[in-house]
Amino acid sequence: MKKVLIASALSAVMALPVSAIAADYKIDTTHAFVNFKVSHLGYSFIQGRFNKFEGNFSYDKADVAASSITFEVDTTSLDSNHAERDKHLKGSKYIGADKYSTATFVSTSIAEKADGGLTVTGDMTFHGVTKPIVVDAKLVGEGDDPWGNYRAGLEGTTRLELAEFGMDVKGASTYADLDIVFEGIRQ
Amino acid sequence: MKKYNTPARLFHWASAIIVVGLFAAGYWMVDLSYYSEWYQTAPHWHKSVGLCFVVLTLARFIWKLISNTPAIEGSEVEKKAAKGAHHLVYLLLLIMFLSGYLISTADGRGIEVFNWFTVPGLGSFVENQEDLAGQIHEYAAYILIGLSSLHALAALKHHFINKDNTLKKML
Repeated sequence: MKKVLIASALSAVMALPVSAIAADYKIDTTHAFVNFKVSHLGYSFIQGRFNKFEGNFSYDKADVAASSITFEVDTTSLDSNHAERDKHLKGSKYIGADKYSTATFVSTSIAEKADGGLTVTGDMTFHGVTKPIVVDAKLVGEGDDPWGNYRAGLEGTTRLELAEFGMDVKGASTYADLDIVFEGIRQ
Repeated sequence: MKKYNTPARLFHWASAIIVVGLFAAGYWMVDLSYYSEWYQTAPHWHKSVGLCFVVLTLARFIWKLISNTPAIEGSEVEKKAAKGAHHLVYLLLLIMFLSGYLISTADGRGIEVFNWFTVPGLGSFVENQEDLAGQIHEYAAYILIGLSSLHALAALKHHFINKDNTLKKML
Protein backbone atom coordinates (compact mmCIF):
# COMPACT_ATOMS: atom_id res chain seq x y z
CA MET A 1 0.00 0.00 0.00
CA LYS A 2 2.79 2.38 0.97
CA LYS A 3 4.65 1.61 -2.24
CA VAL A 4 1.61 2.33 -4.30
CA LEU A 5 1.11 5.63 -2.54
CA ILE A 6 4.73 6.63 -3.09
CA ALA A 7 4.59 5.55 -6.70
CA SER A 8 1.42 7.47 -7.38
CA ALA A 9 2.75 10.51 -5.53
CA LEU A 10 5.92 10.33 -7.58
CA SER A 11 4.10 9.98 -10.85
CA ALA A 12 1.84 12.86 -9.86
CA VAL A 13 4.87 15.02 -9.19
CA MET A 14 6.44 13.94 -12.46
CA ALA A 15 3.32 14.74 -14.35
CA LEU A 16 3.10 18.11 -12.65
CA PRO A 17 5.58 20.22 -14.65
CA VAL A 18 3.75 19.80 -17.95
CA SER A 19 0.35 20.76 -16.65
CA ALA A 20 1.70 23.41 -14.31
CA ILE A 21 3.59 25.33 -16.98
CA ALA A 22 0.77 25.67 -19.48
CA ALA A 23 -1.86 27.94 -17.96
CA ASP A 24 -5.47 26.83 -18.25
CA TYR A 25 -7.98 29.09 -19.88
CA LYS A 26 -11.74 28.92 -20.12
CA ILE A 27 -13.17 30.39 -23.28
CA ASP A 28 -15.11 33.59 -22.67
CA THR A 29 -18.10 32.90 -24.89
CA THR A 30 -19.09 36.56 -24.98
CA HIS A 31 -15.79 37.26 -26.74
CA ALA A 32 -15.68 34.30 -29.05
CA PHE A 33 -16.99 33.66 -32.56
CA VAL A 34 -17.45 30.55 -34.63
CA ASN A 35 -17.95 31.69 -38.20
CA PHE A 36 -18.37 29.63 -41.33
CA LYS A 37 -18.36 30.36 -45.01
CA VAL A 38 -19.76 28.06 -47.69
CA SER A 39 -19.91 28.58 -51.42
CA HIS A 40 -23.29 29.51 -52.85
CA LEU A 41 -23.59 28.10 -56.38
CA GLY A 42 -19.93 28.93 -56.91
CA TYR A 43 -20.89 32.57 -57.44
CA SER A 44 -20.62 33.87 -53.91
CA PHE A 45 -20.60 32.74 -50.29
CA ILE A 46 -23.01 32.13 -47.47
CA GLN A 47 -21.60 33.29 -44.18
CA GLY A 48 -22.97 32.30 -40.85
CA ARG A 49 -22.03 31.40 -37.36
CA PHE A 50 -22.77 29.12 -34.46
CA ASN A 51 -24.02 31.04 -31.47
CA LYS A 52 -23.53 28.42 -28.75
CA PHE A 53 -20.29 26.74 -27.88
CA GLU A 54 -17.85 26.28 -25.05
CA GLY A 55 -14.27 25.30 -24.64
CA ASN A 56 -11.04 25.33 -22.75
CA PHE A 57 -7.45 25.61 -23.69
CA SER A 58 -4.08 25.68 -22.08
CA TYR A 59 -1.31 27.72 -23.51
CA ASP A 60 2.14 28.85 -22.61
CA LYS A 61 4.40 30.80 -24.90
CA ALA A 62 7.47 29.13 -23.42
CA ASP A 63 6.19 25.61 -24.03
CA VAL A 64 3.80 25.65 -26.94
CA ALA A 65 3.91 21.87 -27.39
CA ALA A 66 2.28 21.46 -23.97
CA SER A 67 -0.75 23.47 -25.12
CA SER A 68 -4.10 21.91 -25.85
CA ILE A 69 -7.57 22.97 -26.95
CA THR A 70 -10.97 21.39 -26.54
CA PHE A 71 -13.97 23.00 -28.14
CA GLU A 72 -17.61 22.03 -28.40
CA VAL A 73 -20.21 23.63 -30.65
CA ASP A 74 -23.99 23.29 -30.38
CA THR A 75 -24.94 22.72 -34.02
CA THR A 76 -28.56 23.65 -33.38
CA SER A 77 -27.38 27.22 -32.83
CA LEU A 78 -26.51 27.71 -36.50
CA ASP A 79 -27.39 31.23 -37.61
CA SER A 80 -27.04 32.37 -41.21
CA ASN A 81 -29.34 35.37 -40.79
CA HIS A 82 -32.22 33.59 -42.54
CA ALA A 83 -34.48 31.29 -40.51
CA GLU A 84 -35.62 29.20 -43.47
CA ARG A 85 -32.04 28.57 -44.54
CA ASP A 86 -31.05 27.77 -40.95
CA LYS A 87 -33.84 25.18 -40.82
CA HIS A 88 -32.71 23.79 -44.17
CA LEU A 89 -29.06 23.51 -43.11
CA LYS A 90 -29.88 22.08 -39.68
CA GLY A 91 -32.25 19.55 -41.24
CA SER A 92 -31.55 15.90 -41.89
CA LYS A 93 -30.32 16.58 -45.43
CA TYR A 94 -27.26 18.41 -44.13
CA ILE A 95 -26.15 18.82 -40.53
CA GLY A 96 -28.94 16.77 -38.94
CA ALA A 97 -28.71 18.89 -35.81
CA ASP A 98 -31.42 16.98 -33.95
CA LYS A 99 -29.26 13.85 -34.17
CA TYR A 100 -25.77 15.37 -34.25
CA SER A 101 -26.35 18.30 -31.95
CA THR A 102 -22.72 18.78 -30.97
CA ALA A 103 -19.55 19.17 -32.96
CA THR A 104 -16.33 18.81 -31.03
CA PHE A 105 -12.69 19.53 -31.61
CA VAL A 106 -9.99 18.04 -29.39
CA SER A 107 -6.40 18.94 -30.17
CA THR A 108 -3.82 16.17 -30.38
CA SER A 109 -0.77 18.34 -30.95
CA ILE A 110 0.10 22.01 -31.15
CA ALA A 111 3.30 23.18 -32.76
CA GLU A 112 4.78 26.61 -33.27
CA LYS A 113 5.66 27.59 -36.83
CA ALA A 114 8.72 29.56 -37.92
CA ASP A 115 6.59 32.69 -38.37
CA GLY A 116 5.24 32.43 -34.84
CA GLY A 117 1.90 30.96 -35.93
CA LEU A 118 0.50 27.73 -34.57
CA THR A 119 -0.32 24.47 -36.26
CA VAL A 120 -3.11 22.90 -34.25
CA THR A 121 -3.81 19.30 -35.13
CA GLY A 122 -6.80 17.58 -33.63
CA ASP A 123 -9.83 15.37 -33.98
CA MET A 124 -12.94 17.01 -35.30
CA THR A 125 -16.27 15.30 -34.70
CA PHE A 126 -19.01 16.67 -36.91
CA HIS A 127 -22.14 15.01 -38.31
CA GLY A 128 -21.28 11.93 -36.26
CA VAL A 129 -17.91 11.47 -38.02
CA THR A 130 -14.52 11.98 -36.37
CA LYS A 131 -11.63 13.05 -38.60
CA PRO A 132 -8.24 14.56 -37.93
CA ILE A 133 -7.97 18.16 -39.11
CA VAL A 134 -5.29 20.83 -39.05
CA VAL A 135 -6.13 24.35 -37.92
CA ASP A 136 -3.91 27.21 -38.95
CA ALA A 137 -3.90 29.37 -35.84
CA LYS A 138 -2.11 32.15 -34.08
CA LEU A 139 -2.02 33.80 -30.73
CA VAL A 140 -3.53 37.25 -31.22
CA GLY A 141 -2.45 38.61 -27.87
CA GLU A 142 -2.45 38.07 -24.14
CA GLY A 143 -2.26 40.13 -21.01
CA ASP A 144 -4.17 41.58 -18.07
CA ASP A 145 -7.64 42.86 -18.77
CA PRO A 146 -9.07 45.96 -17.03
CA TRP A 147 -11.27 43.81 -14.74
CA GLY A 148 -8.68 41.79 -12.89
CA ASN A 149 -8.31 38.75 -15.14
CA TYR A 150 -5.64 37.51 -17.46
CA ARG A 151 -6.69 36.86 -21.05
CA ALA A 152 -5.23 35.19 -24.10
CA GLY A 153 -6.84 35.28 -27.53
CA LEU A 154 -6.45 32.85 -30.39
CA GLU A 155 -7.66 32.85 -33.96
CA GLY A 156 -7.74 29.84 -36.23
CA THR A 157 -8.97 28.90 -39.66
CA THR A 158 -9.57 25.52 -41.21
CA ARG A 159 -11.44 23.95 -44.05
CA LEU A 160 -13.88 21.09 -43.58
CA GLU A 161 -14.37 18.92 -46.64
CA LEU A 162 -18.04 18.18 -46.05
CA ALA A 163 -18.09 14.84 -47.88
CA GLU A 164 -15.40 13.57 -45.50
CA PHE A 165 -17.87 14.14 -42.69
CA GLY A 166 -20.52 12.14 -44.46
CA MET A 167 -22.49 15.12 -45.70
CA ASP A 168 -24.25 15.21 -49.01
CA VAL A 169 -22.44 17.81 -51.10
CA LYS A 170 -23.79 19.40 -54.24
CA GLY A 171 -22.35 21.71 -56.83
CA ALA A 172 -19.69 24.09 -55.59
CA SER A 173 -20.69 23.83 -51.92
CA THR A 174 -18.28 21.03 -51.07
CA TYR A 175 -16.43 22.62 -48.21
CA ALA A 176 -16.94 24.95 -45.27
CA ASP A 177 -14.26 27.37 -44.20
CA LEU A 178 -14.27 27.93 -40.47
CA ASP A 179 -12.90 31.04 -38.85
CA ILE A 180 -12.82 30.82 -35.08
CA VAL A 181 -11.76 33.61 -32.75
CA PHE A 182 -11.85 33.30 -29.00
CA GLU A 183 -10.53 34.79 -25.86
CA GLY A 184 -9.84 32.70 -22.81
CA ILE A 185 -9.75 33.83 -19.22
CA ARG A 186 -6.98 32.25 -17.20
CA GLN A 187 -8.37 30.14 -14.41
CA MET B 1 -83.03 24.09 -43.22
CA LYS B 2 -82.21 21.35 -45.72
CA LYS B 3 -78.91 22.71 -47.00
CA TYR B 4 -75.99 24.82 -45.92
CA ASN B 5 -76.39 28.27 -47.50
CA THR B 6 -74.40 29.04 -50.65
CA PRO B 7 -71.59 31.08 -49.03
CA ALA B 8 -71.10 28.35 -46.40
CA ARG B 9 -70.85 25.70 -49.11
CA LEU B 10 -68.38 27.79 -51.09
CA PHE B 11 -66.28 28.39 -47.99
CA HIS B 12 -66.32 24.67 -47.20
CA TRP B 13 -65.30 23.42 -50.63
CA ALA B 14 -62.73 26.14 -51.18
CA SER B 15 -61.20 25.22 -47.82
CA ALA B 16 -61.22 21.53 -48.76
CA ILE B 17 -59.40 22.18 -52.03
CA ILE B 18 -56.90 24.51 -50.34
CA VAL B 19 -56.19 22.11 -47.47
CA VAL B 20 -55.54 19.20 -49.85
CA GLY B 21 -53.54 21.42 -52.23
CA LEU B 22 -51.38 22.93 -49.49
CA PHE B 23 -50.77 19.51 -47.98
CA ALA B 24 -49.72 18.03 -51.33
CA ALA B 25 -47.53 21.03 -52.14
CA GLY B 26 -45.97 21.00 -48.69
CA TYR B 27 -45.33 17.26 -48.78
CA TRP B 28 -43.66 17.60 -52.16
CA MET B 29 -41.72 20.81 -51.70
CA VAL B 30 -39.86 19.91 -48.50
CA ASP B 31 -37.96 17.23 -50.41
CA LEU B 32 -37.12 19.38 -53.42
CA SER B 33 -33.47 19.57 -54.33
CA TYR B 34 -31.85 22.96 -53.87
CA TYR B 35 -31.22 22.93 -57.62
CA SER B 36 -34.86 22.30 -58.54
CA GLU B 37 -36.47 25.14 -60.47
CA TRP B 38 -39.36 24.90 -57.99
CA TYR B 39 -37.14 25.34 -54.95
CA GLN B 40 -38.05 29.02 -54.57
CA THR B 41 -41.45 29.23 -56.26
CA ALA B 42 -43.16 26.29 -54.51
CA PRO B 43 -42.61 27.58 -50.95
CA HIS B 44 -43.48 31.10 -52.10
CA TRP B 45 -46.85 29.93 -53.43
CA HIS B 46 -47.45 27.63 -50.48
CA LYS B 47 -46.95 30.54 -48.07
CA SER B 48 -48.96 32.96 -50.20
CA VAL B 49 -51.94 30.60 -50.50
CA GLY B 50 -51.64 29.73 -46.81
CA LEU B 51 -51.83 33.36 -45.71
CA CYS B 52 -54.77 34.04 -48.04
CA PHE B 53 -56.40 30.98 -46.49
CA VAL B 54 -56.13 32.65 -43.07
CA VAL B 55 -58.23 35.54 -44.37
CA LEU B 56 -60.71 33.16 -46.02
CA THR B 57 -61.05 31.20 -42.78
CA LEU B 58 -61.64 34.35 -40.72
CA ALA B 59 -64.36 35.37 -43.17
CA ARG B 60 -65.80 31.86 -42.94
CA PHE B 61 -65.97 32.07 -39.15
CA ILE B 62 -67.67 35.44 -39.20
CA TRP B 63 -70.16 34.09 -41.73
CA LYS B 64 -70.77 30.99 -39.61
CA LEU B 65 -71.49 33.19 -36.58
CA ILE B 66 -74.03 35.40 -38.37
CA SER B 67 -75.73 32.81 -40.57
CA ASN B 68 -77.81 29.71 -39.84
CA THR B 69 -76.51 26.18 -40.04
CA PRO B 70 -78.55 23.00 -40.61
CA ALA B 71 -78.55 20.46 -37.82
CA ILE B 72 -76.12 17.53 -37.82
CA GLU B 73 -77.81 14.19 -38.48
CA GLY B 74 -77.11 10.81 -36.93
CA SER B 75 -77.10 9.18 -33.52
CA GLU B 76 -76.24 11.16 -30.37
CA VAL B 77 -72.73 9.70 -30.38
CA GLU B 78 -72.28 10.54 -34.06
CA LYS B 79 -73.47 14.10 -33.49
CA LYS B 80 -71.03 14.56 -30.63
CA ALA B 81 -68.20 12.97 -32.63
CA ALA B 82 -68.98 15.15 -35.66
CA LYS B 83 -69.04 18.32 -33.56
CA GLY B 84 -65.78 17.34 -31.87
CA ALA B 85 -64.11 16.56 -35.19
CA HIS B 86 -65.23 19.89 -36.67
CA HIS B 87 -63.81 21.78 -33.70
CA LEU B 88 -60.59 19.83 -33.91
CA VAL B 89 -60.29 20.72 -37.61
CA TYR B 90 -60.70 24.40 -36.73
CA LEU B 91 -58.07 24.07 -33.99
CA LEU B 92 -55.67 22.30 -36.36
CA LEU B 93 -56.17 25.04 -38.96
CA LEU B 94 -55.26 27.62 -36.31
CA ILE B 95 -52.15 25.60 -35.38
CA MET B 96 -51.20 25.31 -39.05
CA PHE B 97 -51.58 29.06 -39.60
CA LEU B 98 -49.55 30.00 -36.53
CA SER B 99 -46.81 27.40 -36.94
CA GLY B 100 -46.40 28.14 -40.65
CA TYR B 101 -46.11 31.83 -39.96
CA LEU B 102 -43.60 31.22 -37.16
CA ILE B 103 -41.25 29.17 -39.37
CA SER B 104 -40.70 31.87 -41.95
CA THR B 105 -40.71 34.84 -39.60
CA ALA B 106 -38.31 33.42 -37.00
CA ASP B 107 -35.61 35.81 -38.16
CA GLY B 108 -37.97 38.79 -38.22
CA ARG B 109 -38.42 38.67 -41.98
CA GLY B 110 -41.93 39.18 -43.31
CA ILE B 111 -43.74 36.84 -45.68
CA GLU B 112 -44.46 38.01 -49.20
CA VAL B 113 -47.93 37.13 -50.42
CA PHE B 114 -47.79 36.64 -54.23
CA ASN B 115 -45.57 39.74 -54.45
CA TRP B 116 -48.69 41.75 -53.65
CA PHE B 117 -47.77 42.73 -50.12
CA THR B 118 -45.70 41.55 -47.20
CA VAL B 119 -47.08 40.26 -43.92
CA PRO B 120 -44.60 41.57 -41.34
CA GLY B 121 -42.64 39.17 -39.17
CA LEU B 122 -42.65 39.33 -35.39
CA GLY B 123 -39.32 37.61 -34.91
CA SER B 124 -38.43 34.83 -32.57
CA PHE B 125 -40.39 33.83 -29.46
CA VAL B 126 -38.59 30.59 -28.61
CA GLU B 127 -35.16 29.21 -29.28
CA ASN B 128 -34.74 27.44 -32.62
CA GLN B 129 -38.26 28.59 -33.48
CA GLU B 130 -37.95 27.65 -37.15
CA ASP B 131 -37.22 24.02 -36.21
CA LEU B 132 -39.87 23.72 -33.51
CA ALA B 133 -42.57 25.45 -35.57
CA GLY B 134 -41.56 23.29 -38.53
CA GLN B 135 -42.12 20.10 -36.57
CA ILE B 136 -45.47 21.29 -35.27
CA HIS B 137 -46.47 22.32 -38.81
CA GLU B 138 -45.56 18.86 -40.11
CA TYR B 139 -47.31 16.83 -37.40
CA ALA B 140 -50.41 19.04 -37.39
CA ALA B 141 -50.59 18.69 -41.19
CA TYR B 142 -50.67 14.90 -40.98
CA ILE B 143 -53.32 14.99 -38.26
CA LEU B 144 -55.39 17.51 -40.22
CA ILE B 145 -55.27 15.51 -43.44
CA GLY B 146 -56.09 12.32 -41.49
CA LEU B 147 -59.04 13.96 -39.79
CA SER B 148 -60.23 15.47 -43.08
CA SER B 149 -60.16 12.02 -44.66
CA LEU B 150 -62.18 10.65 -41.74
CA HIS B 151 -64.61 13.57 -42.17
CA ALA B 152 -65.03 12.70 -45.88
CA LEU B 153 -65.48 9.00 -45.12
CA ALA B 154 -68.10 9.83 -42.49
CA ALA B 155 -70.02 11.94 -45.04
CA LEU B 156 -69.88 9.08 -47.56
CA LYS B 157 -71.02 6.62 -44.88
CA HIS B 158 -74.04 8.82 -44.11
CA HIS B 159 -74.80 9.14 -47.81
CA PHE B 160 -74.47 5.54 -48.91
CA ILE B 161 -75.18 3.55 -45.74
CA ASN B 162 -77.56 5.70 -43.69
CA LYS B 163 -78.91 7.30 -46.88
CA ASP B 164 -79.53 10.58 -45.04
CA ASN B 165 -79.10 14.20 -46.04
CA THR B 166 -75.60 14.74 -44.55
CA LEU B 167 -73.62 14.91 -47.79
CA LYS B 168 -76.38 16.48 -49.89
CA LYS B 169 -76.76 19.49 -47.63
CA MET B 170 -73.17 20.47 -48.47
CA LEU B 171 -73.52 19.98 -52.25
